[in-house]
Amino acid sequence: MIIQGLAFYLFAFVAVAAGVMVISSRNPVHSVLFLILAFFNAAGLFVLMGAEFLAMILVIVYVGAVAVLFLFVVMMLDINYVEMREGVLQYLPIGALIGIVLLAELAVIGGSWVVLPLSEAASAMPTPPIDQVTNTNALGRLVYTHYIYLFQAAGLILLVAMIGAIVLTLRDREGVRRQRISDQVDRKVADTIEIVKVVPGSGV
Amino acid sequence: MTEMPIILPAIPEIFLAICGMGLMMVGVFASKERASSLVSILSILVLIVTIFLVVMMNKGEALAFNGLFVTDHFAVYMKLLVLIGSTVALIMSDGFVKRENMDRFEFPILIVFACVGMMMMVSANDLISLYIGLELQSLSLYVLAAMQRDNLRSTEAGLKYFVLGALSSGLLLYGCSMIYGFAGTTSFTTLAAELGGHDGHGSVGVVVGIVFLCAGLAFKISAVPFHMWAPDVYEGAPTPVTAFFAVAPKVAAIALFLRVLMEPFGGLVDEWRQVIIAISIASMLLGAFAAIAQTNIKRLMAYSSIGHVGYALVGIAAGTEAGVRGVLLYMTIYLVMTVGTFACILCMRRNGQMVENIDDLSGLSKTHPKIALALMIFMFSLAGVPPLAGFFGKLYVFLAAIEAELFTLAIIGVLSSVVGSFYYLRIIKIMYFDDERDAFDMPVGRSLSAIMTITSVATVLFFIILTPVLDGASLAAASLFSG
Repeated sequence: MIIQGLAFYLFAFVAVAAGVMVISSRNPVHSVLFLILAFFNAAGLFVLMGAEFLAMILVIVYVGAVAVLFLFVVMMLDINYVEMREGVLQYLPIGALIGIVLLAELAVIGGSWVVLPLSEAASAMPTPPIDQVTNTNALGRLVYTHYIYLFQAAGLILLVAMIGAIVLTLRDREGVRRQRISDQVDRKVADTIEIVKVVPGSGV
Repeated sequence: MTEMPIILPAIPEIFLAICGMGLMMVGVFASKERASSLVSILSILVLIVTIFLVVMMNKGEALAFNGLFVTDHFAVYMKLLVLIGSTVALIMSDGFVKRENMDRFEFPILIVFACVGMMMMVSANDLISLYIGLELQSLSLYVLAAMQRDNLRSTEAGLKYFVLGALSSGLLLYGCSMIYGFAGTTSFTTLAAELGGHDGHGSVGVVVGIVFLCAGLAFKISAVPFHMWAPDVYEGAPTPVTAFFAVAPKVAAIALFLRVLMEPFGGLVDEWRQVIIAISIASMLLGAFAAIAQTNIKRLMAYSSIGHVGYALVGIAAGTEAGVRGVLLYMTIYLVMTVGTFACILCMRRNGQMVENIDDLSGLSKTHPKIALALMIFMFSLAGVPPLAGFFGKLYVFLAAIEAELFTLAIIGVLSSVVGSFYYLRIIKIMYFDDERDAFDMPVGRSLSAIMTITSVATVLFFIILTPVLDGASLAAASLFSG
């Protein structure tokens, strides 16, 4: 138990520290790298809770895809980050005020936490017992059977997102060179290669 | 090991989704010149078939997909409104997309997918299916708003709608998570059972969750104070898309509002009523006053729709069966009037260019007496002048509010509708008493003139069909309260 406790505080501390560094570091590339560190520590926290599938998904999806995508965007876009940050100090007081208000609200709610009598029974309903099936198995059972409707609908949302991305970016513009496969296949040797007989010693 | 879930009640949605994907194949493999019009015609057919499916599958209340999905008379009524609105919007867009170089086959397909999302919203019986349906709908709408990529205002509208829509989804999800955290379930059926037994006093957490949920939904129906996106998006988006925005998604979001507040949280009516009253009053007042200064007719319609949402919310605030019936009737009439008005706006074309200023309507009665007559009917109806349709919508909503003893709300509603009639009457004055300008391009096209004729006749003679519509609305409202 002590090791678990220590591991929890380690992961939690590093995750929070990395989160702070994400918004405070000067170099945006460093920000993304700290973000990846935060993701890794969150994955560690998941493992501690016994949710190993979610931990792996977090690493694969967020570190493997999302963070790398961020890194690409940060490095490819030429944005002057110093200029963007100039207003930060100016907006800090109002941001802090809103944060404090939200925190106070959360505290009020937390203080009056009343769990409705039926809710414990309701929340324990769909999950299979934790010691009999693995994480992956349990999630799979729920997602592909009980929640099949939501699974399919989420797929539909991704399809719409894909159509949207194509509709908004693929368009005919002047002066764009495109690959025309039929033209490439149609090319004959005679069109492209010219064989020149060169008499030795005379030059071309 | 596990049984196949019941899917039969969801046949219309499944049919529409599969057809949407099939149409995409048609669009890809059809020749480039024909793809757009072919897919557009097929989409209209598919939507009409879905309307018949919805009517045929109407067998009272039925759950599907392990209780995530529900159909009842209420869902059927709202789905019919949504589908009819979308079909008409698609028919109206026909000439526009060709002229404005927007004829891509993805346009009707996105409308079809938005319809699937809206039908899922109307039939949601769980917080998660509510969110998924809403996102499917919103994502299609964001893309539709930005459809004219080379037009700066259209792109801006799409981006603005996307950013603010994402924010509102965040609020909504936060509310959902609060409700789940405090009630321990996302199912509407279980929530109704849990919260109903507390004689109107839920825990604070659930109430906070409901407030956030209401904020998220208020965003989608563009009620004040979450209305900022509406005028810009309405103005920037291509006109047929604006017509679509003004009818179908609004009806679907109102349906969602009704179901969420009446079914799972019906027991907490005293807790959420004040929120609804506040946004209702704010929407009615802003809709009435802010529209006065507008010069662009699409912006004017945006403010007008904000006002109308305020009136519909009066019926929701009543929280009674009569209130729900009033809202259903109101949305039906709103759909007819708005579709007709946008058909008139789509006729505003001069030298091949769309014109959108109210001044452009000047002297319309001399150049195009028929369009002027239709627009006058719609404006009188939107203002709520008896015996036109708009009057009956307001009448039943205000009656419900008075029955529920919300006198202040009803009085403010009547007063703001008096203020609101100023700008509707101003348009009529400009059309009939100002000097004439150059004529609009003719002909306007058969589909547009047909829609204008049908909707204006329906608006004038609404008192004849009032009884059957009211019966349908009563049946739908009753099904929401029987569970």
